Amino acid sequence: MYETATILAQPPAPGGPGDLKSYLPLILLFVLAGAFAVFSVVVAPLVGPRRYNKAKLDGYECGIEPSPQPVVGGGRVPVAYYLTAMLFILFDIEMVFLYPFAVTADALGVFGLVEIFLFIATVGFAYAYVWRRGGLDWS
Amino acid sequence: MTRAEVLADDPIWLILIKVVVLFAFGVVMTLFMIWLERRVVARMQHRPGPNRVGPFGLLQSLADGLKLAFKEDIMPAKADKVVYFIAPVISTIPAFVAFSVMPFGGRVSIFGEQTYLQLVDLPVGVLVVLACSSLGVYGIVLAGWSSGSPYPLLGALRSAAQVISYEIAMGLSIVGVIITAHSLSTGDIVNAQANFELWGLKVNSFFIPLLPSFLIYVTSMVGETNRAPFDLPEAESELVGGFHTEYSSLKFALFFLAEYVNMVTVSAFSTMLFLGGGLFPFVGQDSVLNNGWLQFVWFIAKTFVLLFLFIWLRGTLPRYRYDQFMRLGWKVLVPVNLSWIVALVAVRQLRSAGWPLGPTLFFGAIAVLGLIALSFALPDREVPDDEYVPVTGGGYPIPPLDLEVPTETPKRRRQTRGSRSRRRAAVTAGQSASASQSQEGSNDGNV
Repeated sequence: MYETATILAQPPAPGGPGDLKSYLPLILLFVLAGAFAVFSVVVAPLVGPRRYNKAKLDGYECGIEPSPQPVVGGGRVPVAYYLTAMLFILFDIEMVFLYPFAVTADALGVFGLVEIFLFIATVGFAYAYVWRRGGLDWS
Repeated sequence: MTRAEVLADDPIWLILIKVVVLFAFGVVMTLFMIWLERRVVARMQHRPGPNRVGPFGLLQSLADGLKLAFKEDIMPAKADKVVYFIAPVISTIPAFVAFSVMPFGGRVSIFGEQTYLQLVDLPVGVLVVLACSSLGVYGIVLAGWSSGSPYPLLGALRSAAQVISYEIAMGLSIVGVIITAHSLSTGDIVNAQANFELWGLKVNSFFIPLLPSFLIYVTSMVGETNRAPFDLPEAESELVGGFHTEYSSLKFALFFLAEYVNMVTVSAFSTMLFLGGGLFPFVGQDSVLNNGWLQFVWFIAKTFVLLFLFIWLRGTLPRYRYDQFMRLGWKVLVPVNLSWIVALVAVRQLRSAGWPLGPTLFFGAIAVLGLIALSFALPDREVPDDEYVPVTGGGYPIPPLDLEVPTETPKRRRQTRGSRSRRRAAVTAGQSASASQSQEGSNDGNV
């Protein structure tokens, strides 16, 4: 078992937890992909033809007059998506709690089994409630 | 030395080579996958598919990419300029970064330097992939929102709801692997699968004992990458092109690139988690079939099996309806996943405690079946009866029109006492009420 104090006291092992140097290649890949994407986006208006007219710059709605939109950005959002987002937060946090448990599941033994059963039962209760209230129905 | 230590010891030139090769791998895989998809779907539909540009039409997607670069770049007048500009970038970067933790192969020597065919082996490698797949959806949502047009907005919203719903199923299916492998590091998960035996056979993979997790992962990875039959965000018959309707030129190409790189990523991730990474089945880890470079070949082969599955699904299945799709994610995959995790932990604990597995599983199954039967006995929620609320074409409920108009108002009789004014009041009431019943009522009053 890891003790927080001992981990913080020692310099991190190469490639181990806390060794920030091992993230360097990941950052390099991030920079390369970012450079490629930014290059593409910047160069696109420069190399293509520029023959604009009003119809091209309108929103595409299969040829009919575009429906009125807010000054910037999208229009109104159906409220059902908001509910889905809230439920996602509930279950995503559950998922995040399950990960540390999963790594140490065998070491925790029967204690871990009972604890995780109680945890999933608690979340399962909320889940059953949402189901019964129709929160999972898409209408 | 462990895998992580060897990789942390890489000199900078080797890291740079790996970064560039990994990036090129992503781009080449995208070009190849587009070609493969068009060819295979064409075969499934009894037509030849692209076969003119280069041998077997192999250069078709490269030609398409070049053509896209020289197309007109349109920025809609209603668009939010800055967000519209950076959305393709946000979509592309995480797609590539997720590649960095994939264990493509075993230990090799490149120019005399011992290393692994992997960029980094982080202690939280699995979380990096999950984080990248979640971040990619920002690009899609912002692209749809900033276009200032209804179809992209709807596509983006659908995409966001879809990705977050299936993210849960995906994340929970990985828990089974982590329980078995005791690690979040991609390299360690592959190592845990080496020499994994089942019925005296070295299967070198987790997918048979963890079959429920594997099936849920494969289902949710199709939903996560917005691919058919779950391609609702870009359902062309409903939403034109979905979130990228207003995009053209290289910006559109970047979205395409991100989608295909994501497909390769989830397939490679699945290979790593369930199919034993680059390990060849039925032989030991030290066998000649499992040397570093050959492991790379097996890894790519396994990844292509899953990529073919993507194409196969697209060629055979019709698109889901949105409510069916959400029901599958929330009401099937999530509860099955949670039950499976509890069952897996329980079985592992019982086995290590030396309990008799057979009887325990038997009684456990009876208990679970009893609970399921009990859940069916719960009464359904009562739906309020809305039969008596008539709705007109305008969509607004209107008050009932068959009200009984009282023949006499006691107050008025006391005040006026004249029969004439009473008659007039009754006639007015009869005219204003449209239902025949009230008219009859007032006539009765007159008689």
